Amino acid sequence: MSARPRDKSTSIEAIIDSLSDGMTIGIGGWGPRRKPMALVRALYRSDLKDLTIVSWGGADVGLLARAGKIRKLVYAFVSLDSVPLEPNFQRARQTKSIPEVVELDEGMFQTGLRAAAERVPFLPTRAGLGSDVLVNNPWLATVTSPYADANGHHEDLVAMPALKLDVAFIHMNRADVHGNATYLGPDPYFDDLFAMAADRTYLTTEQIVDTAGLTAATADSPAVPVQRLLISRMMVDGVVETPGGAHFTTCTPDYERDEKFQKAYAAAASGTDEEWAAFHDRFLAGDEAAYQAAVKEFSL
Amino acid sequence: MSTASYKRADLCAAAIADAFAADGEIFASPMGLLPTVGVRLAKLTSNPDLVISDGESLWLGGTPPIGRTDVVEGWIPFRKVFEIVNYGKRHVMMGATQVDREGNQNISAIGDFAQPKRQLLGSRGAPGNTVNNRTSYWVPKHSSRVFVEAVDIVSGVGPRRAKKAGPGASTYNDIHRIVSNLGVFDLGGPGDTMRLVSVHPWSSVDEIVAATGFDLAIDSSVPTTREPSMEETTLIDNVIDPKGLRLREVPEPADVAEAAR
Repeated sequence: MSARPRDKSTSIEAIIDSLSDGMTIGIGGWGPRRKPMALVRALYRSDLKDLTIVSWGGADVGLLARAGKIRKLVYAFVSLDSVPLEPNFQRARQTKSIPEVVELDEGMFQTGLRAAAERVPFLPTRAGLGSDVLVNNPWLATVTSPYADANGHHEDLVAMPALKLDVAFIHMNRADVHGNATYLGPDPYFDDLFAMAADRTYLTTEQIVDTAGLTAATADSPAVPVQRLLISRMMVDGVVETPGGAHFTTCTPDYERDEKFQKAYAAAASGTDEEWAAFHDRFLAGDEAAYQAAVKEFSL
Repeated sequence: MSTASYKRADLCAAAIADAFAADGEIFASPMGLLPTVGVRLAKLTSNPDLVISDGESLWLGGTPPIGRTDVVEGWIPFRKVFEIVNYGKRHVMMGATQVDREGNQNISAIGDFAQPKRQLLGSRGAPGNTVNNRTSYWVPKHSSRVFVEAVDIVSGVGPRRAKKAGPGASTYNDIHRIVSNLGVFDLGGPGDTMRLVSVHPWSSVDEIVAATGFDLAIDSSVPTTREPSMEETTLIDNVIDPKGLRLREVPEPADVAEAAR
């Protein structure tokens, strides 16, 4: 009997096949940074529908909105940073093509994921009080502190409900086949929290290495500090090696954001239906290998 | 003003720096270019204790030019930003698509939330910032489209709404300054409404009143915003923004005329 933990290698197609209509899917990364875009692209071209998407959003939200996949969107912002306003998201909002939107404060969003990860129904936060986040989401309740403050007041705080996910998608720099994974860039974002808030987590990675290779020095790179081991295999259900799988978002230090491509995406998204169709046909109609080949050709 | 030895952007940066001068040892979080120049100017002059970042994930020990990194003194990924917001030792200067008389700010959307005329970023961190730590706003193009009677969507919470929501919201609500390309403002008017603090030398009370979509509180005598010192303009030119990026955000009048041609 093998003493090694399970091999969770799978494929993009197998992951998408395991999903069903109406699911709640959390997408890791942050805005235009380290987004699991290979999985997002596969969702975009799938037959799945009526999804609830939970994301600090970038082009992931834009693409899925453009494809009409989103029944409900939970977000705090949607931005491409160097292109501040995401044109596909703007278009969807301005034509009301997303039936339900839940706009939260960035910190409330984290509080909701933390509640889900900790399996409590809500966590208290100040964020949201006094703002239209509570007006536009009248189902968000406040809770009165059972403890008096120094002045004898019992503060009312937002009871941020758990943002429970059916599935989380995350993209990491390196992983082993068991689901342990490191980020090598400047920021872990909240990918561990997405994983713990979800019933199932699918991890794509730039490169699958053996477990020792996650931290060991190689000829090309120094040893990786253990603090970079953000994701534990016990949080992960499937692993896929997808080089360029975060493109066109950042995946520092493997690659930075592809600004030229992002500009082309934003131009097509804010252009005519024909311009979008041309972008779709050129980049998004085929599978991930076809996408990567089209990107390679585009960058020449 | 043709004889001034400073750029308009430099005066705006100095006004922004002044907003951070008395903050002590806290995390200064500027959003966008001019606030970043202003915060770095404050760190190099009035408040060396400020904690500043590269705008990404590092706290910087020195004060490098915009876009550069030198000595690192800490790590501030997004998850720690939220911790510091809640901890409270932070002063953020955000942008604003709309600001109203009561100091509410909107970066979410224009029009009706259910189907906006124009979708903007979303509320980002504004609701949490404004009930947790000191918050200021920078408006590079002062107009009655920005300064409106009531914002379409309240992202950043002004003091009146915070008080109405109770001590959970108002205890740490602290809307400090609003700096525009025409003047400096605070919420010291009657009932926590927006008040003109100073007028930039190239503008006037009349111009500001005409470019503001609500009645500002205006004292009988309004001072002129102070001019940046030679030391300050030298630091901005040579250390903080040698490439002159700030001039794209607050152009010189000659450049405006040039661009219009």
